[in-house]
Amino acid sequence: MVVATKPIRVLVGKVGLDGHDRGIKLVARALRDAGMEVIYTGLHQTPEQVVNTAIQEDVRAIGLSVLSGAHNHLFRRVLELLKAQGAGDIAVFGGGIIPDEDIPGLKAAGVRALFPPGTAMHEIVIFVKGLQR
Amino acid sequence: MRKRAKPLKTKARFASLSELDIAPCYSADDLKGWDPHRELGTPGEFPYTRGVYATMYRGRLWTMRQFAGFGTAADTNARFRYLLDRGQTGLSVAFDMPTLMGLDSDDPRSHAEVGYCGVAVSSLADMERLFEGIPLDQVTTSMTINGPAAVVFAMYLAVAERRGIPIDRLGGTLQNDILKEYIAQKEWLFPPEPHIRLILDTVAYCSQHVPKWHPISISGYHIREAGSTAVQELAFTLYNGLTYVEAAVKAGLAVDTFAPQLSFFFNVHNDFFEETAKFRAARRLWAREMERRYHPKDPRSLQLRCHAQTAGCSLTAQQPMNNVVRTTLQALAAVLGGTQSLHTNSMDETLALPTEEAVKLALRTQQIIAHESEVTNTADPLGGSYYVESLTNRLEDGALDLFQKLDKMGGMVNAIEQGFPQRQILEASLRYQQEVEKKERVLVGVNEYVEPEGRHIPILKIGPEVEKAQTERLASLRAQRDSYKMAGSLQVLQEAAASQENLMPALIDAVKANATLGEICAALKEIFGTYREPVVL
Repeated sequence: MVVATKPIRVLVGKVGLDGHDRGIKLVARALRDAGMEVIYTGLHQTPEQVVNTAIQEDVRAIGLSVLSGAHNHLFRRVLELLKAQGAGDIAVFGGGIIPDEDIPGLKAAGVRALFPPGTAMHEIVIFVKGLQR
Repeated sequence: MRKRAKPLKTKARFASLSELDIAPCYSADDLKGWDPHRELGTPGEFPYTRGVYATMYRGRLWTMRQFAGFGTAADTNARFRYLLDRGQTGLSVAFDMPTLMGLDSDDPRSHAEVGYCGVAVSSLADMERLFEGIPLDQVTTSMTINGPAAVVFAMYLAVAERRGIPIDRLGGTLQNDILKEYIAQKEWLFPPEPHIRLILDTVAYCSQHVPKWHPISISGYHIREAGSTAVQELAFTLYNGLTYVEAAVKAGLAVDTFAPQLSFFFNVHNDFFEETAKFRAARRLWAREMERRYHPKDPRSLQLRCHAQTAGCSLTAQQPMNNVVRTTLQALAAVLGGTQSLHTNSMDETLALPTEEAVKLALRTQQIIAHESEVTNTADPLGGSYYVESLTNRLEDGALDLFQKLDKMGGMVNAIEQGFPQRQILEASLRYQQEVEKKERVLVGVNEYVEPEGRHIPILKIGPEVEKAQTERLASLRAQRDSYKMAGSLQVLQEAAASQENLMPALIDAVKANATLGEICAALKEIFGTYREPVVL
């Protein structure tokens, strides 16, 4: 007997004010093509909106794209809100223009992975598939 | 013994960056029925394929205009002076994300983005500091802003007025192209209809009062950065231009009163010949369409003048020094394509805003092309090449096909609401990504010739003190201004917005009454409403 496995649900979106959505749309399509249920929030989301949607939709992971330079604030704020709402088990990952020296700090704060420009999509797919709740 | 060279791996397909199949060699057979008098003309004459000026760069080099802005107005003012001192010939302002979205620096939504991607300008006082000591009647200034473009333009005019400079002597460009925002860059404030009305107000105001100003820079740059092909960039940009012309004519403006002041802005990507051909096709297509649709009397209404910027999306974070070489080739393609103005990206721009050293090298790249390569000696040096002429024809034809599809959809605003250009761009960007991942396209340092990590170049850092300084300045502005007068100016603005009046005078009064950018945009949103994009995935 084949047991149907529930597809992984993942939220991806843009936080902050920048409108560069080329990368995040590629990621959304790659995850969807890999059989995941992708919830795409669209642009200009606040951390509050992202966290509320993630909890409502019961996602396993949140992938955020930031190309505005506000990554240090925005990722930390999302992590903080998740924890405050008892949803610290939702994994947060991201990408965009994130200088090397900011990466250790963000990882220490709880960001599970940061994918720099030029990352192959299958690396992101493998990462999300490997996430355990 | 000499080692025998390894045979070249034959590519499965030889195609341009825009997916046009390319033949092994081009000859007269590829240009059957092609009449050089009809397709090219001479430089400075219809259909302007070879350039908008008879003498091209012999008469005048292109304007070297590096896009710059970061931190506070004072920080950017210092960068402007640095660039002007080193031979730059025009200014180009990059605003930060909050400013581009019509938000003040002290708005909670602006937190951590103030001064990061550009300069923070929330008030007339900020604008005055930005241009302190810069002779506004002697430089031309380009301002890359769209949603709140009319407000920022009102600030610039008010600065000139305070300094006693007649506004009819001001030269420059306002990007002010909202259609490509809905398509690609995604920074809008209002729905399309009121946005287009605001644009027409600036167009009408400029044609009457600021005749040397280019009120719209119809931009393909961001469409290309979002992943489009060269054909899509060309088609959507020119179609957007025709959409503005049609709206202006419908609003009662005579074509020759504003069309000569329209300008364009294109990307220059990696495919050298295709990019050169794109500029040539753009000029020919614009001239033909304007002639066919509007029969202008002033030949300048037919001439497509443009700015170009090397492709930011072609830069790689890996081995960033390689970006200097990419940018040089792209810049050369734009020059051979006959651009009027050029920005060359700095090698570090995929990591952060450029450092002084990096931006200087980018400017020097243009100067070397201009003064050492001798490519400026003759107009349109690639004209007559079987290959380049064939590409020029194919780009023009491809754009015309897309024009027809857009016409069938009832024009660009409808097409945007149906997600058509957005979907076309997304599909092209997906195909490109897949080609890179399968190594069908080689990106040096990314999927081939990879080196162990190490991006050791210095990058520019913007600290939190910028936001703090801006917040304090705004607090003191709000405390000191005549708030009765300020509130009155916003009320007058809202009444004008609800009527058919030109909004520029009310905007100028509001900025002079020290209403902030955020307050003005919020007041307009109450009248105009906001916009939610159709999600295309």
